[in-house]
Amino acid sequence: MTDPLLIFDVILGLAIVALAVAVLAMHDRFAMIVLFIVFGLLSALAWVRLSAPDVALAEAAIGTGLTGALLLTTLHHIRATPPAPVPVPAGAIIANLGLCGLIFGGLVVAFLSTPLQAPGLALPVAQNMEASGVAHPVTAVLLNFRAYDTLMEVVVLLAAIVAVWMVERGTAQAPSPVMGEIYRGFARLALPAIVIIGTYLLWVGAYAPGGAFQGGAVLAAVGLLLLLSRLYRPQPAHRPLARLGFVLGTAVFAGIALLVASGGRVPFEYPAAHAKTLILLIEGMVTISIAVTLAALFHGREPEYASVSENHK
Amino acid sequence: MNSGLIFGLTGIAVFAIGLFGALVMVEPLRRVLALKLCSVGAGFLLVVGAWQAPPDMPDPVPHALVITGIVVMISATAVALALIRRLHSLERASDE
Repeated sequence: MTDPLLIFDVILGLAIVALAVAVLAMHDRFAMIVLFIVFGLLSALAWVRLSAPDVALAEAAIGTGLTGALLLTTLHHIRATPPAPVPVPAGAIIANLGLCGLIFGGLVVAFLSTPLQAPGLALPVAQNMEASGVAHPVTAVLLNFRAYDTLMEVVVLLAAIVAVWMVERGTAQAPSPVMGEIYRGFARLALPAIVIIGTYLLWVGAYAPGGAFQGGAVLAAVGLLLLLSRLYRPQPAHRPLARLGFVLGTAVFAGIALLVASGGRVPFEYPAAHAKTLILLIEGMVTISIAVTLAALFHGREPEYASVSENHK
Repeated sequence: MNSGLIFGLTGIAVFAIGLFGALVMVEPLRRVLALKLCSVGAGFLLVVGAWQAPPDMPDPVPHALVITGIVVMISATAVALALIRRLHSLERASDE
């Protein structure tokens, strides 16, 4: 009980719960988003304590960093009009508080009566690691044992960018956020380093925490910096290239599954001799797609020809 | 008492707070954030389910599921935020 790390865990857990309350209670919307980013980073730290570094990396990069950027750019669009306060009846608040309290109590009872540290699927995964073509269990599960899930996840990302481009066509143009001259110098220095970190995360995923999603998210940060520092301005002529980037991951992933299936195997039953090559090929293409898609989700509006956008007005 | 227990209870609390926020909040941006809190709470429980006391390796399958969940959640968040932006510009247009 006197383990100092357990005391750290208790403090961290309490801080996370307090931050969750503060995020929703905060009146100022900018402060709300900043608190949410702090909350996400502390959650990632908690997941490192639970020996889940892959999940922590994904949460820090995608769930917190890029989500925070999306929230801030949305706030930039809508901040001109502060929301009119709509009174919520006290009865509704009390009823919901009671119901959520009941759900909380029920989940706690269920959690406390569940045996922790059950063996789970760790053993079957460990036994089949040799056949997977990679040495890191999480990557083996994502790209080999449960590759269908990952394929569908890439499809969800593709559906999201299609939906955002469609919805944004009717949105009034807002001045896009820009960083000043100093940041442009910072971007020039930071960009090469971020590209190397992102590629390294992708490569190291074969045998250590990292992989396509974490690497893709870091590379998407390159896109964000390029957009914010105006080193890259999206042009309408670049749309076909962007669409190719969105589809690339899904297409290569599904294509390889079909190729493997055509050889009398189950889809995703990679031939053992080529498993690592195929997984790295899929991961590389998926990384490009993730990076392009996440940066495009941040930018939001698809680049349009000036005359076209004036017709819309 | 161990790390799994502490963070499991943390996750349930975060989930309940997010659920309450999603039900009670009126402003769309806050609702999206509340649902995001719910998803982090659910992620906590999956990671705790995979956890083993340190010398043993954790179960990688729930870890992969949570990573999938994080990517699906940013996709859903991005679409929700685009809808909020559209809604806002429609409201402004009808005001003018």
